[in-house]
Amino acid sequence: MGDSKLDLLQGTLDLMVLQTLAAMGEQHGYGIARRIEQVSGDEVLLNQGTIYASLVRLQQRGWIDAEWGVSDNNRKAKFYSITKRGRKQLAEDAAYWQRLAAVMGRVLEQSRE
Amino acid sequence: MRDYLRQGWHRVRAFFGKAPLDEDLDAEMAAHLEMAVDENLKRGMTPDEARRQAMVRFGGVQQAREKQRAARGLPFLDVLGQDLRYTLRTLGRDAGFTTVAVLILALGIGANVAVFSVVNTILVRPLPFPQSQQLVWIAPPPTKCGLSCATYSADAYEEFKAQSRSYEDVTGYMAFSSPDNLRLTGRGEPQPATGIEVLGNFLQLLGVQPALGRSFTAAETRQGAHPVVLLADPYWRRQFAADPKIVGSEIDLNGKPVTVVGVLPRSFDFGAVFSPGSKVDMITPLILDDERMWGNILTLIGRMKPGVTVAQANADAATVVPHLCWNIKYPDTCGQYVNKHGVSMGVQTLKDYVSGRLRRSLIALWCAVGTILLIVCVNLSNLLLARTAARSKEFAMRAALGAGRGRLVRQLLTEALILSGAGAVLGLGFAYGVIFWLSHQQSIALPLLGTMRIDGEALSWTVLIAVMTAVLFGLVPGLRMASGNLHETLKDSGAGSGAGRRHERLRAVLVISEVALACVLLVGAGLLLRSFLKVMDIDLGFQPEQAASMRVDYDDRAPDGNASAVKRGVIFQQIVERVRALPGVEAAGFTDYLPLGRNRAWGTPTPKGKTFPEGALHGPLVYVISPGYIGAMGMRLHGRDFAWSDGPTSQKVVMINASAAQVYWPGQDAVGRILQANGGDCVVVGVVDDVHADSVEGDPGWQIYYPMMQQGPSDAELVIRTSVPPASLAGSVLHALRELNPNQPAAEFRPIAQMVDRAVSPRKFFVLLVGLFAALGLTLASLGIYGVIAYGVTRQTQEIGIRMALGASRGRVQRGVLGQTLVLALVGIAAGTVTSFVVSKEIASLLFGTQPTDPMTYVAMVVLLTTVALVAGYLPARRASRINPLVALRSQ
Repeated sequence: MGDSKLDLLQGTLDLMVLQTLAAMGEQHGYGIARRIEQVSGDEVLLNQGTIYASLVRLQQRGWIDAEWGVSDNNRKAKFYSITKRGRKQLAEDAAYWQRLAAVMGRVLEQSRE
Repeated sequence: MRDYLRQGWHRVRAFFGKAPLDEDLDAEMAAHLEMAVDENLKRGMTPDEARRQAMVRFGGVQQAREKQRAARGLPFLDVLGQDLRYTLRTLGRDAGFTTVAVLILALGIGANVAVFSVVNTILVRPLPFPQSQQLVWIAPPPTKCGLSCATYSADAYEEFKAQSRSYEDVTGYMAFSSPDNLRLTGRGEPQPATGIEVLGNFLQLLGVQPALGRSFTAAETRQGAHPVVLLADPYWRRQFAADPKIVGSEIDLNGKPVTVVGVLPRSFDFGAVFSPGSKVDMITPLILDDERMWGNILTLIGRMKPGVTVAQANADAATVVPHLCWNIKYPDTCGQYVNKHGVSMGVQTLKDYVSGRLRRSLIALWCAVGTILLIVCVNLSNLLLARTAARSKEFAMRAALGAGRGRLVRQLLTEALILSGAGAVLGLGFAYGVIFWLSHQQSIALPLLGTMRIDGEALSWTVLIAVMTAVLFGLVPGLRMASGNLHETLKDSGAGSGAGRRHERLRAVLVISEVALACVLLVGAGLLLRSFLKVMDIDLGFQPEQAASMRVDYDDRAPDGNASAVKRGVIFQQIVERVRALPGVEAAGFTDYLPLGRNRAWGTPTPKGKTFPEGALHGPLVYVISPGYIGAMGMRLHGRDFAWSDGPTSQKVVMINASAAQVYWPGQDAVGRILQANGGDCVVVGVVDDVHADSVEGDPGWQIYYPMMQQGPSDAELVIRTSVPPASLAGSVLHALRELNPNQPAAEFRPIAQMVDRAVSPRKFFVLLVGLFAALGLTLASLGIYGVIAYGVTRQTQEIGIRMALGASRGRVQRGVLGQTLVLALVGIAAGTVTSFVVSKEIASLLFGTQPTDPMTYVAMVVLLTTVALVAGYLPARRASRINPLVALRSQ
């Protein structure tokens, strides 16, 4: 893992997981981790193991549900799905991030002048 | 918000159910890795490479697991749990240290909790009545004529109540009740009981509701009403086996049927509040109209209107009291409640009356016990410091392995908390025992003692001081640790290095402060002890040993006063002669009031034919006695005792005490002179040496004695002086009394010495406690000295070995170590002496006949502390002198 990869800000992983589940529907931990890697174009510095701290946190807050099931290649795995409240939270957080990103972009644009 | 609450709840649940969650996570992570391996294999990697790549992408399995645990559970508590387990393990390994530390802490904390309970009960907590801050004690300013000048007549009470505007209501009780003044009959042998007459509104004013039945009604306080009684809870349980059916039924008191209208609540103990050290079995209504012709008999208590202050009540009293009359039928008795300085009344809160006198003593006690806790802290700091010194390598190792400094200090504090926690638990048990014992002591005349409990407040106090103690004694070693240099520590071989010496200096400072604190305690205890011995040495004017008293029932009813007096004389003479004939009895006689109990004064006797300036004379305390009493009490008499022939129709005679005689006829012999007393000319037949009638420590004041055959006594206390222990005669005396009067209740002998004991019991109580604390402080200080010196000797083993190899003699080595001890002790003593000079001024008012700078006490303290220090230093010194140079040099 080189220096060029992005270090994740506090809380951003939670948001990524929520968005991934919202987009893909029911998914297991490995699937979520892989998806994030793929979508980010391998730009994110992610130890796949850290996803489990995020998952348990979201589950405890009631934003995602979990259930043991069987994967495509017949392995027993825990499947996560986003809940109604999770979607609400996602909408709020996403809006916040987009606003923040826009503001950051404007500020940084200006400083370059 | 709700989502985060939910998360918190899940975190707590996860904390308590780790195993299934861990299993779940492990299964999940295993599946994750398998899926990754599958995918890698599909891409054509070799099985080994596929697994390796999967592991790399996953990151550390253990780290992921811990991160997940931290996210789902309570990581703070997990760390605490680790610290706890680790601490318990290390403490368990060092059982000797742990035992000593916990015991010291238990003593310190236990003593503090016990004293806290005493102080809280007596001083801090409000009296056990609703809105008790509005309750006031109403009494005239203090005078010399005892209880008679501290009370009011029935008329004065009614006038005061009607005219004062400060009070919601005013009540009172009979001030002149005595123990065992009632006789319960009709239930086997006649039994003595103690009753107090109270005004009808007494309970209502205090806010006390009977536990069973009802309070007195207005009708029951009028003349001719059927007599009723309210039983105290302990008496109801003891005498009537807690039978609720007793309410509404009749019992026989003094031969008359009386209806029990109720039982007082357990929380209300009349004696605990109003007359410490005595028990009251029942209360009866006081019928004011029966008492109009009596003197001052009422002790007044008021409930102020909301918002009225004590100062306002006093100002109010100043306008009302000058108009009060002792008896409204006699206008010349009006205005007599104002003393010669024009002061009419001292209203004070009931709380102040009950516990005000004890405030200074209790605060001193609290300071003493606080000092003990400080010494305990210093001592433990010292012990822990020695331990951390020994463990410094362990800590350095742990720091080298990655433990943060904060984490190490936290570990040390955890250790301190565990020790003080264990000490607190043990100390609480110890305090519980002490408080239980104290609250069942009838013989200590301290108010509210019976209501003492280890309650919620005491528990909170325990927690508070346990934590404070832990922080205090854990902090010094913790900070020492944190400021240390790890590399230095790892290299430090333990002997002669700089860090080691710094350590030792710190410990020496701690020991010196310990000695200084112990020194202050010793001086305080010494001064109080000297005062106590001085008090015990007071010539009371009578000899308490080998004397006892018993209340005697008699019937002197007769058509007129003279016949009654004659009948009484016959009865008493019979009893005295009968009792004196018993083997073992040396003397016997009657009195109505005993010294150090209640007392009263009647008017102002004047020597015949002499005039004194206004206010020079006051009323002496009055005792109505029979022939033989003076001898039975062991009082010293000049002149003659009363004789049975001093009857109602013969010449009136009196005896007075030496102080009164000195004022009545200065420089002359009073015997044979005439005193105008009680409305007639009385011949003074005898002068008795001053008796401490009112209090042991106070001025004896004046006393006058009348013979029972010429003056009606209020009661009859038979006093006997014996050559054998009085208790062994109780049976035969009672038998003799019953032969003469079958109604005589089974009263017990009360040793006169016990009354003296009760009078000095508060002082004794404080001396005992402060003395105990001083002993404890001394022990701890000597332990501290021993610890430091012994540790020093261990560290200097090699050095001593070298010196001995070079020719130092055993004696020289020993003297060297003892010299170090002496320096520590003397510096501590010097600091302590200076502090003591300041502190002892603060307790000057608690001392009796002893100066705060009493040289004896200081010298004794210095000698005692030095001796103890030398003994504590001698053990390591002897060990040092026995060091074998060869062995010492070879080791290490």
